[in-house]
Amino acid sequence: MKISFSPEDEKFRAEVAQWLTQNLVGEFEQLKFRGGPGDEHMFPQARKKWEQKLAQDGWTCIGWPKEYGGRGCSIEQQVIFNEEYARAGAPGHVGHIGEGLAGPTLIAFGSEAQKQKYLPGIVAGTELWCQGYSEPGAGSDLANVKTKAYFDEAKGKWIISGQKVWTSLAHESDYIFVIARTNPDSIAHKGLGFFLMKMDQPGIEVRGIKQLTGTSEFNEVFFDQAECDADDIVGKPGEGWAIAMGLLGFERGVSTLGQQMQFHNELNQVIAIAKANGNDKDPIIRQRIAEAHVRLKIMRYNSMRMLSDEGDGGLKKEALIYKLYWSTWHRDLGELAMDVMGPEAEILASAPYNLTRLQAMYLFVRSDTIYGGTNEIQRNIIAERGLGMPKEPKIQMN
Amino acid sequence: MIRDTAQAFLADVSSSSAIRNAMASEQGFETQIWQRICTEMYWQAIHIPEEYGGMGLGYVELVIMLEEMGRYLLCSPFFSTVCLGTNALIVAGTAAQKQQYLSQICQGSLTATLAYTGNNGRWDADAVQATVTTDGDHYLLNGRYRYVPDGHSAGLIIFAVRDEGSTGVDGISLFALDANTPGVKRSWLPTMDETRKQAEITLDQVCVTKADLMGEQGKAWPQLNKIIQLATVAVAAEQAGGAQQTLDLTVEYTQERVQFGRPVAGFQAVKHQAADMMLRAEVAKSAVYYAACVAEEALNGGPLANELAEAASVAKSYCSQGYFSNASDAIQLHGGVGFTWEYDVHLYFKRAKSSELFLGNSAYHRELIAQILLD
Ligand SMILES: Cc1cc2nc3c(=O)[nH]c(=O)nc-3n(C[C@H](O)[C@H](O)[C@H](O)COP(=O)(O)OP(=O)(O)OC[C@H]3O[C@@H](n4cnc5c(N)ncnc54)[C@H](O)[C@@H]3O)c2cc1C
Repeated sequence: MKISFSPEDEKFRAEVAQWLTQNLVGEFEQLKFRGGPGDEHMFPQARKKWEQKLAQDGWTCIGWPKEYGGRGCSIEQQVIFNEEYARAGAPGHVGHIGEGLAGPTLIAFGSEAQKQKYLPGIVAGTELWCQGYSEPGAGSDLANVKTKAYFDEAKGKWIISGQKVWTSLAHESDYIFVIARTNPDSIAHKGLGFFLMKMDQPGIEVRGIKQLTGTSEFNEVFFDQAECDADDIVGKPGEGWAIAMGLLGFERGVSTLGQQMQFHNELNQVIAIAKANGNDKDPIIRQRIAEAHVRLKIMRYNSMRMLSDEGDGGLKKEALIYKLYWSTWHRDLGELAMDVMGPEAEILASAPYNLTRLQAMYLFVRSDTIYGGTNEIQRNIIAERGLGMPKEPKIQMN
Repeated sequence: MIRDTAQAFLADVSSSSAIRNAMASEQGFETQIWQRICTEMYWQAIHIPEEYGGMGLGYVELVIMLEEMGRYLLCSPFFSTVCLGTNALIVAGTAAQKQQYLSQICQGSLTATLAYTGNNGRWDADAVQATVTTDGDHYLLNGRYRYVPDGHSAGLIIFAVRDEGSTGVDGISLFALDANTPGVKRSWLPTMDETRKQAEITLDQVCVTKADLMGEQGKAWPQLNKIIQLATVAVAAEQAGGAQQTLDLTVEYTQERVQFGRPVAGFQAVKHQAADMMLRAEVAKSAVYYAACVAEEALNGGPLANELAEAASVAKSYCSQGYFSNASDAIQLHGGVGFTWEYDVHLYFKRAKSSELFLGNSAYHRELIAQILLD
């Protein structure tokens, strides 16, 4: 298990920290600790500008190969960057879907032309992406997507019709990657294609969905004869599922340590409130704060185990449990925050429904256990892949 | 490597019937197996420095052994000798004590333990109730200890005592005594968990000399605290192993057991409990591996050394709960056979509780963390 960084890594850490202190100032000061899950609706324009500032000095997509505009940073350096970034309170990346999902997918599966066309905009922070997977009938059962794609020979384009839902940041995005059925007679994961589409076109309509937070970060996206260039299908028709699944594999845990730093900031806020209002003397609150701390510490140790190469090459069990572990931790933190605040927890920042940061956190964490594979789906995966228990039976409904 | 060797050996010597033989005896282990451990495997010398004849390996390696012993429920004086006695000697022993006792431990001719808890149920400095008074060049020790692991069978006992009238962390001393010193009365305490034996010890006007004192009189709390913390990491490692084993037993059994025409492992309620068990086992290991790195630096120097208190409590609070939850789920998922004496699941269930209580349960360690964070 790796528990420390080399002197060169520490030098890199100092460099990152220094850059952030020097640049996260002036107009960007207001962005500190903003954005990210639950706060995505805040300051989108200013955060986009910040992203471009990062890009100017080469601080976006740092783990990508140099040939695609990245820095080719080692895992350790990526970890350090994410940690320092969160420590400084730098804002959530508006471009995280492009940087974390679309880009790596293109690097792995895209054509050279697609890489040339799309990667520079992601690196520069000028083009934002969203993820068009879920549909009304395809949530946990993602393979059940119904959105259709057919190739119109006359136009020389793919024509896409159907509906996506829960599409985060679609209203801010320039592009969407979509899985859609290229073979109308196919079922489940066969016959899907993976498409790169421009949002700004007549066939695409975005409607915001108001969340229980009162804010709106995700959307319905309607496709009515929307067009996609012939060159903008990744892989071949029928390969969409494999590509979509490959994409889920890109979350290798590097960003987890940065996320933990953000969790750490939140827990510190809760501790500060407890100290201020005297709840730090309540024996039950003490137990719960300590428990939150214990589990957050171990979250970090677990990530270090994930990242340290123990040479077994195989499936890492500590990585399989990670989503279930952090989502549950974060949900519990939300509840702890409210209980520490006591009756004050109810009082809004302002009417009509403006939440304080901790209220927003408390409400938003209810989605952590849902998106990216619900806790129940995580348990299925752990039992089946981690423990070799039988797969869920397939039931045919007439 | 170490893990593979340990597994192979333990699978051989710590079968269910071997465990049960050991459980049924008052001594709590089979002498012949312990001797094989000491002479063939040399495990008792694993982290003793080479100058005393030890292997000179670190806590990271030790923790792997402990995890496997927890998995195989090895009945032996390994924990008491290595994680209490040896640690106490390494942390607090005089040069002469180390020379004498560590060498004997390496040779396999001496087992050891630590006695510090009285009968007030505490695990901190207040646990130390026995007293020391000076009598010319001599010291007189008096008092009663309970819950001393292998206290009735150990050859060397490290006693924690306090100056009369002292409280808390003040006035604590450590003495290393031959268990047969006149005035030391030891009796086995039958326990619900029969895989690790406990003893009660009374000291009645035990007269000892300065040569038996470890360090300075009345100033030994920092050392004792460190010994306790190192032992806490060791217990957590055993717990992580137990948490894994209860999961493995459960997966194996539910794959075999057929009801409603299919293995019960296929029912989602069963799968989800098993998934939660795996989460707890993995998280427990992550906590223990980190704590082992910290313990290693606490013994041999390094930047993490001062994290020992926190890392030990993080590991013990999580592993205690994790092991107990896994063991209780294991009984549930075995159905009726899980409730029998014949199946091994109850052995883990009982060991989970005894190790949870030993050196402080989860709530106790959370309070220690709360003090670091909040006070
Ligand atoms: C904040 C937020 C942002 C999101 N952003 C995006 C996005 O950008 N792009 C995108 O494509 N999607 C996005 N999603 C969608 C998300 O991936 C889905 O909500 C998720 O996969 C669950 O699908 P569902 O909502 O249809 O729930 P369902 O699948 O209908 O699940 C309902 C309940 O049934 C349980 N369940 C379902 N199947 C099983 C099973 N086999 N075994 C046991 N229990 C089961 C679930 O665990 C859940 O408790 C987002 C969701 C949220 C909440």
